[in-house]
Amino acid sequence: MNFPAIRAIYKFEMARWGRTLLQSLVAPVIATSLYFVVFGSAIGSRINDIEGVPYGAFIVPGLIMLMLLTQSVANASFGIYFPRFTGTIYELLSAPISYVEIVTGYVGAAATKSIILGLIILATAALFVPLQIDHPVWMAAFLVLTAITFSLLGFVIGIWADGFEKLQLVPLLIITPLTFLGGTFYSLNVLPPFWQTVSLFNPVVYLVSGFRWSFYSTSDVSVGLSLVMIGLFLAICLGLVWWIFKTGYRLKS
Amino acid sequence: MPPIISVKDLSKTYATGFQALKTINLDIDKGEIFALLGPNGAGKTTLISIICGIVTASSGSVTVDGHDIVSDYRAARSMIGLVPQELTADMFETVWTTVCFSRGLFGKWPNPAFIEKLLKDLSLWDKKDSRLMTLSGGMKRRVMIAKALSHEPTVLFLDEPTAGVDVELRKDMWQSVRALRDSGVTIILTTHYIREAEDMADRIGVINKGELILVEDKRELMHKLGQKQLTLQLHEALTEIPASLNAHHLTLANEGNELVYTYDSQGPRTGITSLLTDLAHADIRFKDLDTTQSSLEDIFVDLVRRDR
Repeated sequence: MNFPAIRAIYKFEMARWGRTLLQSLVAPVIATSLYFVVFGSAIGSRINDIEGVPYGAFIVPGLIMLMLLTQSVANASFGIYFPRFTGTIYELLSAPISYVEIVTGYVGAAATKSIILGLIILATAALFVPLQIDHPVWMAAFLVLTAITFSLLGFVIGIWADGFEKLQLVPLLIITPLTFLGGTFYSLNVLPPFWQTVSLFNPVVYLVSGFRWSFYSTSDVSVGLSLVMIGLFLAICLGLVWWIFKTGYRLKS
Repeated sequence: MPPIISVKDLSKTYATGFQALKTINLDIDKGEIFALLGPNGAGKTTLISIICGIVTASSGSVTVDGHDIVSDYRAARSMIGLVPQELTADMFETVWTTVCFSRGLFGKWPNPAFIEKLLKDLSLWDKKDSRLMTLSGGMKRRVMIAKALSHEPTVLFLDEPTAGVDVELRKDMWQSVRALRDSGVTIILTTHYIREAEDMADRIGVINKGELILVEDKRELMHKLGQKQLTLQLHEALTEIPASLNAHHLTLANEGNELVYTYDSQGPRTGITSLLTDLAHADIRFKDLDTTQSSLEDIFVDLVRRDR
């Protein structure tokens, strides 16, 4: 195992993050905090509790998940796309480093950033709404697993993209709508039966539901199913990364 | 002594169908400076990229100090440093961080003392905290070299390292390369400045249309293929060469004041004696003469032209 290489990539990526804290940390924290202010404190006080949870508190897990998904994808995709764009990828390809080590470095750094962001947003949320975490270990597990899975997805997007527009495509046009429609702001129980069934095809439902269960012990789908789905996404992303490196897709000619 | 790099039956055809390398066989000796010459698109960069692991070969094999570049890529790649043709570096990084990053990537733990020495050797020390985007082209080129040397490789590839570098910096750079060779590093370089290959290299390889058309010790090559030119400075200028001298294939130069005779210095007969006799018969007198040897550039151009 080439540990110095993993360390070098990880450190490099974290340093890049450090240079753009305004954009990469402050902006998402403020954006999410605005949701808490508007939906939690302002409008939330006029909305009934959902399954015994005040509305402001109810949306916290979903909003953290929204940020976690978009930031994981954005960080990891940019991290690997930028060297491709500038041409410095040659160094990565010519180094004595395995694919597992490359992915560990990039995805590890992207997931770390998302987890830090998630925890900061969680702490910020506590300032605006009453919070409880019934299952902290599971909360941490959902947080870490989701961050890793979507950082892997971001890595795949960063390899696939051949322009900056494509980098934005998946987070903006797929992940954000799926998260908004995935029970972030409501429980699936409030939907008509037909739309409840449709929602079950939305993979984000399982992530939000499982994560919310770790807070309030209430969920739209069973926790076991949420874990299975995260495991499934993780396996799919790992499979895609494996295929990319096996074929050299968009990396090697 | 076994070669440090051994290329066997290597070929590369890109997905577009373009055959960049035909069957390449090449051994690079330990500690030598090997210059790879060839026109644009000849396959130089493809060959280097395959050895370094950036491009996948279609067939054939490469070993670096006995380590196969595919099955034993870690050992092979950790011995290699590459300075690519393009100035591709992280423009937002400082010199220090980008060089340290390269060292880590190649499996070496941080060694600030070594990096400091390296940057000082390459006259980069006072720029260590500067971002790459603020450096001149020549300085960036040095940073690329520092990155390639950061993990103490034993084989260094320099893909046209002096392109766009001013004369003074180029001289400095070649001095550094010589020092590296003296420290035991094997150097493989490609350059468009053939004069540099002539000055620097121990051996020369000429590649054209994906084929190695020649690999030769530089001195032997110049000796073997070098044509000489005899220039006669005439007493009286000529307007045309007399027909009686046609057999010597002479050319007129310097407004008819010079006659130039090209001959093979290694041939069984140079033809100089008969030329001088014929000149005397034609009553053409000269006041001075000198001879010049073909440069590597002449040899290279001649080889590539013949290969067309």
